[in-house]
Amino acid sequence: MRELELLIIGSGPAGLCAAISAASSGARVLILERSFKPGGQLIKQTHMFFGSERQYASHRGVDIADILLKKLEEYGDRVELMLNATAVGFYEDNVVTVLKDETSYFKVKARSIICATGAYEKSLAFPNNDLPGIYGAGAVQTLMNVYGIRPGKRVLMVGAGNIGVIVSYQLMQAGIEVAAVLDAAPRIGAYLVHASKLARMGVPILCSHTVKEAIGTDCLEAAVVCRVDESFRPIPGTEKRYDVDVMCISVGLSPLNELLAMRGVEMKYVPLLSGQVPLRSEDCETSIPGIYVAGDASGIEEASSAMAEGYLAGLCAAAGLGYIPQDYEERRQEYRKQLEGLRSGPVGERIRAGMKLSRL
Amino acid sequence: MFEKTGVATREMVMTKFPPIERINRGPVAVVECYQKIPCNPCQTACPVGAIQIGADINDIPHRDEALCTGCGMCVAKCPGLSIMIVDGSKSADSVEFRIPYEFLPLPQVGEQVVGLDRAGQPVCTALVKKILNPPSFDRTPVVTLEVERKYLYEFRNFRREAEAHG
Repeated sequence: MRELELLIIGSGPAGLCAAISAASSGARVLILERSFKPGGQLIKQTHMFFGSERQYASHRGVDIADILLKKLEEYGDRVELMLNATAVGFYEDNVVTVLKDETSYFKVKARSIICATGAYEKSLAFPNNDLPGIYGAGAVQTLMNVYGIRPGKRVLMVGAGNIGVIVSYQLMQAGIEVAAVLDAAPRIGAYLVHASKLARMGVPILCSHTVKEAIGTDCLEAAVVCRVDESFRPIPGTEKRYDVDVMCISVGLSPLNELLAMRGVEMKYVPLLSGQVPLRSEDCETSIPGIYVAGDASGIEEASSAMAEGYLAGLCAAAGLGYIPQDYEERRQEYRKQLEGLRSGPVGERIRAGMKLSRL
Repeated sequence: MFEKTGVATREMVMTKFPPIERINRGPVAVVECYQKIPCNPCQTACPVGAIQIGADINDIPHRDEALCTGCGMCVAKCPGLSIMIVDGSKSADSVEFRIPYEFLPLPQVGEQVVGLDRAGQPVCTALVKKILNPPSFDRTPVVTLEVERKYLYEFRNFRREAEAHG
């Protein structure tokens, strides 16, 4: 069995930044990535990022993946990136089982582990929600921007959070019509600049609306939507039909961190962070020393925060292994300060409250 | 209303425009950023320090109309595409807009396009004067359009005639 210093599970923004940070301190790192391509969700994000220069604001996500991978190359063979490799088990003795290329199955053991496994899309219950043509919005973004496949001709977007409005805009860039964007909430959840981009393309954004049912025999042919009251109850008589061949469900993400739960890390259900999350210190260390979490796996936030968390977790995990750079304390404070800044505004209110509930 | 539709009200829009005298003197940035979010590339992009956010990255950018030269460096840098340049110095009857446009195919210089308001409704015609798309704009082309002056506070987007669908 291969024995490692630091294992990072996931090569999205958090995992890559964690690897850069730890390797720059001198640690030897193995990164596991279940996809054929490193970068996590960055590889399909063709829009410019928010944040500050430190988190590559104004760069497109897809380019940020390349920037981070290039940085990683600087550390040569201190970093190994293993693609098509899924971590499927995580045991008490820090043994992680890996399924590679769906053909080989093996164990690795690491002194320290950073779980940067990201998130998965939530679903929505309504009649016929299993018809072909009904996708998660993230799945459609992958189809379009990674594989170059048109998901259909006319789309109804369910969910006006950042993913819903960003994917709607990208659908239009791909020449696909977006019939409407709806959300059960009384207000748009996305950054309003994103919503305005869609609005001025003539796409109606309908708040206080939900899907009543999907219609179709072999695949989606139409969707019936209706208004909801303040308690999210459908208002009879407000039904409207949209003839669409695609419906995108974008009703939020849940942290993907079952591996940590399996390892026995102390977990807690924190709705403000969108699901079960591991309790952790300000340095991203979980209840088990040497085991860290970074990015959406610790609670749903933006990629900018995932990167800052990755840098912090990588720095601290490397320090725990004995690799303490001269500017350790300075950098630790700097990353914490970045996170504080990114979470300090009104849109960070939920995150701040969620962070308090998830501290060890 | 804005938080339900994404369409800013006239009152909100007016707070972001400098006085008409300033617009008539030459190009100036209009930064339609209304919500406190953690973002500051506009400040970083401005070569003359005319856009300031301050110590808190969540604060709303403030554009100093006296310092702003209307160079347009901020237009393609705003991740929310919220910035445009307006210039009322060219003609008494029309104004020029420089707006970001991330759709293909790009219009042709000299092409007449449909001018859209903030809700995407057609309001006027617009004439494409120039298209800038250098590598530094990172695939956010900036299109200069001439629009009748009375649509100064309405015009915000355009579509090409061929693409009649919304």
